[in-house]
Amino acid sequence: MTAELAGNQVFIEILYLVASVLFILSLKWMSSPTTARHGIWAGEIGMLLAICGTLLHHGIIDYRLIAIGLVLGTIIGVPLGRVAMTAVPQRTALSHTFGALCVTLVGSAEFYLRSPDISPFMMAVLSIEVILGGLTVTGSLMAAGKLQEILPQRPLTYKGQNFVNFLLLAVAIGIAVFLVLHPGARNLFPFMILIALAFGVLLIIPIGGADMPTVISLLNSYAGLSAAAMGFVLNSKLLIIAGALDGSSGMVLSIIMSKAMNRSFTNVLFGAFGQVQASAAGAQEERPVRRATAEEAAAILSAANKVIVVPGYGMAVAQAQHKVRELYDSLTKRGVEVRFAIHPVAGRMPGHMNVLLAEADIPYDRLIEMDEINGDFPQTDVALVIGANDVTNPAARTDASSPIYGMPILDVDKAHTVMVIKRSMNPGFAGIENPLYYLDNTLMLFGDAKAFVGSIVRELGGAHG
Amino acid sequence: MASSSNLINALFIFVLAGFIGFEVIRRVSPLLHTPLMSLTNALDAIAVVGAIVLVGEHKSSLSAALGFIAVIAATSNIVGGFMITDRMLKMFKSSRPAAKP
Repeated sequence: MTAELAGNQVFIEILYLVASVLFILSLKWMSSPTTARHGIWAGEIGMLLAICGTLLHHGIIDYRLIAIGLVLGTIIGVPLGRVAMTAVPQRTALSHTFGALCVTLVGSAEFYLRSPDISPFMMAVLSIEVILGGLTVTGSLMAAGKLQEILPQRPLTYKGQNFVNFLLLAVAIGIAVFLVLHPGARNLFPFMILIALAFGVLLIIPIGGADMPTVISLLNSYAGLSAAAMGFVLNSKLLIIAGALDGSSGMVLSIIMSKAMNRSFTNVLFGAFGQVQASAAGAQEERPVRRATAEEAAAILSAANKVIVVPGYGMAVAQAQHKVRELYDSLTKRGVEVRFAIHPVAGRMPGHMNVLLAEADIPYDRLIEMDEINGDFPQTDVALVIGANDVTNPAARTDASSPIYGMPILDVDKAHTVMVIKRSMNPGFAGIENPLYYLDNTLMLFGDAKAFVGSIVRELGGAHG
Repeated sequence: MASSSNLINALFIFVLAGFIGFEVIRRVSPLLHTPLMSLTNALDAIAVVGAIVLVGEHKSSLSAALGFIAVIAATSNIVGGFMITDRMLKMFKSSRPAAKP
């Protein structure tokens, strides 16, 4: 079989093989920040080789249109590569849309070029490609809209929602089965895509803002799997490999995220989290809390040996990360050991909080993941919670009636002193009461995160000089 | 073209690459999960090769038009994805070499 390949074709396949190896190395080097940038170079070289190889393809007659497409894509891509770090989650969701759009369009074009001469297996894979691709296009667009806060973040639910969704999916699969049997039914194909697009919208509507890290990962996985299906259709090994890598990466991240929120996939997709909690937050009573001023907070912090800062997305919203860096510098200079405890779902996508802190020049070896740092809280003098809420809620450990019961949390309540910077006593994003605030060892620091950390830094500086 | 041996080959590649993916990704530091996602996004945009062939072969105006949009979409992911991953990774610094004064 290989004897039939022209020399040129063999050369192209070898370029694709090298690109595949470089892609795998690229991901392997992401294992540590010290080697990660090699990973980018490997990926870029692989990509360049693959594109050059494709341009050598003997059937290509029109290079002008390709060049225009590449240039236009670059013009759109550059601004997307320069967004602010807080906007990275919505940028990522948008790029899932683009990736899936490419796959869906290519799949549609292949259908119309080949129909009615399509084998049953090929038609089945093509259907998977465009259904997964189609739902990822609109689903990711919805997710991006929610993250950008163009669309409402709260879950929109109605009676029979899951039934409607399942019905739509069933119709799409029904059309796919019909096309497998009758690949000449060219008029039906657009309906399959339209239903997949509608399904993507409806799938994301009931999902709340707090679940976005899981949803982005899941859509990442779908985008990868649809690309792998495209590889089957085009018989491109490189594409199958790249799609499988992306698909499994998204899957691994979704699993990590669901575990961190103590939820199953099905629960994320069909649960509408926010609804449950709104009722749970109903029963509240006025209880006394202990307050402290910036001056008192600074005195306690400067007397401490070990401090753990627990940042949440609220810190990023208040743009407080640079003030937090000043606090880190100031305390480190006094010989206080300062570390940061990172919950897997801190931020709005996997790993988002690390990027936000790294941007503020906080060294990455100070950012410690949850499982590693949780044992250290009992020996910690001060746990400083900035803009985090549910991930510090001890009810997740103790109160079986709490909606977040069982969710892994940072054990800040075990520190000698807990300080929480918070605007007011309002319950957070998910609307759950946090008993942490009423503990005897907890001090509430009411105010804007950026301003409050700023005044602690000033107090520290004043006491020093 | 889509013979059954091609199909079996493709399935082998898919399953094995999936396993490599799982094993490699599991070892990625949680520190870098965000750049990981933007990097896999850029790599996934290798789908551009399928779109390039569609545009270049120009078998029908429909396929060329769809392919053209697909080339734009995928290229924007390649360029944007590599750029933002690089920007993020540049920010990760260790405290070991020199503490800030």
